[in-house]
Amino acid sequence: MSAQRSIMLTKHFRLLTTPEGVDLKLKLAETGQRAAAFMIDFLIMIGTLIVFTLACIFAIKPFSNEASNEVIMIIWLLGAFLLRNFYFTGFEMGPRAATPGKRIMGLRVINRSGDRLTAESVFARNAMREIEIFVPLSFAFPRPGIDGWISLAGLCWGLVFLLMPLFNKDRLRAGDLIAGTWVIRSPKLTLKKDLAAQGEAQLSAGLSFSREELNVYGERELHVLRRVIDGENTQDRRKVAMQIRTKINRGRDSGYTDRDFLVAYYAALRQHLEGRMVMGRRRRDKHHDGKPDPNDI
Amino acid sequence: MSQVDPPMEKSQNSNDILLRSRRFRTEREQDWKTLEQLLKRAEGGRLRNLSDEEILLLPRVYRSALSALSVARTTSLDHELVEYLEALCSRAYFYIYGARTSLADKLGRFFATDWSHAVMSLWRETVASALFMALGVLAAFILVSHDPDWYYSIMPGDLAGMRTPAASTESLEATLYDSGNGGLAVFASSLFTHNAQIAIFAFALGFAFCLPTILLMTYNGAIIGAFLALYASRGLGFELGGWLLIHGVTELFAIILAGAAGIRIGWSLVFAGDLPRLQSMTLAGRVSGQVVAGVVVMLLIAGLLEGFGRQLITDDLVRYGIAAFSGLLWLFYFYRRLPASQEQVAKR
Repeated sequence: MSAQRSIMLTKHFRLLTTPEGVDLKLKLAETGQRAAAFMIDFLIMIGTLIVFTLACIFAIKPFSNEASNEVIMIIWLLGAFLLRNFYFTGFEMGPRAATPGKRIMGLRVINRSGDRLTAESVFARNAMREIEIFVPLSFAFPRPGIDGWISLAGLCWGLVFLLMPLFNKDRLRAGDLIAGTWVIRSPKLTLKKDLAAQGEAQLSAGLSFSREELNVYGERELHVLRRVIDGENTQDRRKVAMQIRTKINRGRDSGYTDRDFLVAYYAALRQHLEGRMVMGRRRRDKHHDGKPDPNDI
Repeated sequence: MSQVDPPMEKSQNSNDILLRSRRFRTEREQDWKTLEQLLKRAEGGRLRNLSDEEILLLPRVYRSALSALSVARTTSLDHELVEYLEALCSRAYFYIYGARTSLADKLGRFFATDWSHAVMSLWRETVASALFMALGVLAAFILVSHDPDWYYSIMPGDLAGMRTPAASTESLEATLYDSGNGGLAVFASSLFTHNAQIAIFAFALGFAFCLPTILLMTYNGAIIGAFLALYASRGLGFELGGWLLIHGVTELFAIILAGAAGIRIGWSLVFAGDLPRLQSMTLAGRVSGQVVAGVVVMLLIAGLLEGFGRQLITDDLVRYGIAAFSGLLWLFYFYRRLPASQEQVAKR
């Protein structure tokens, strides 16, 4: 399975073997996606805090010493505290192990060992945000009474933690490091209709390709072909159809559009290559001679 | 057949399909769709909405999708299909093997055993953390006793308020017994949120090789030391003790534990021991995470004692009595004999 194996070996995939003995291929979240998720969460937190504060202000009765004002103050203090310290922890302890920001970006938190994610891990990874976010933030806005150079030194120190995911291969931030967690991509994909179905319709309607005509390409070209067919660009489709026709020495069959032709060729090629695949003779791309590859497992 | 499993739509007899991989897909597709639907509802926290039949169906369709994934990897060149199954199976895996104990169960276990275990396993760091704080107390006490001007450099202005060496003994004494004028609850909650924030911070700072945590501990001690020196110089040492300790036993214990958690993290980073560094840090992070989560609760209690207890109880001996009682209670709770934890059992 060279194609998949080669993807797995690239540095941003991790394998997790399920108790059933199947390796799941997990893709680590990209730093940009995580930053975006954090920004979304941060905005939600700020927005919530503003709405919450306004609500408390409206609820307070000015110029009175009523006990209700005291209760509102307490609600505000505790609410702000909970929001700051337990927003992330609360959401990540749920069944999706993701904050709203992470969900929007299609990410989730997992335990690096593949076991279940424990509450203390979630707490620890988010408590670390104190030094990752709030330290650099508090130095970024110099306050009176603090020397500019001290602020700068503090900012640099804070940035070390903030930028940590950029400097290790697992993209761990300080919190992930001590909590033993990874943040992975966990998108919700929907299964589209199989393109081969349309191709088969064309094939049974009369288009056909000989073995020699299918031997010119490999799996990589098959995947490219699929993208071109699924793509929006009709020009690309025309060009690719021309290229294939030239390559296999075939004139333009009348009665077939470029798309029909490509779809039919896709189905035929896939059938051909899958046939080789089950016989243990995969062909990665058009330059591959088709001999068994020692890397194939 | 369950309600989410509608009869298979066979628009085409599967024998008519040319491509094996497509035939494979058409035959199994319904299971995957079922899994997708079940997951969607279960992840939304609506497990209760699933019927018994569907709960039993979930692992079955999960295993079916998983085996389809391993077949598809070796027989199908339908890239999208493999990716779809990959995503679906990991989602299902994390759901099925994830913890689904209720929050109440988790909390129950935490307070019954887990927290005490974690605190107990940090006893060395706890001693160290307490020593650093004591060091701060001692140093500041000696400095301020010799030269009261040190008081101003140690004490943050907003904390000192009226309590400076310039204040009269009478006004200093008054600060110890001032029952305040209302707003006790607000005072208590602001104390709690402030202290809890510091505790979490002390824990996080441990990551910078524990030095900042140690400094924070020592400095916290120094503030107490400076207070003590000031009040002792006016012969109010005993009275200040009661004022501080009524809630301070709980609060300082909590802060010491947070410091201990920070020290454990920094220590594991520098001296990983026999384990790989990453693993040693993770172990340290989990146990100290538990300790600090509990510390937040301790500080809530301390805030209540400080906000209400201290302001309402002005008798020195009663204050000392509450301090001693709370101290004993915490010591018993954390260091009592417990059945061995799972990790300890695993080690044997």
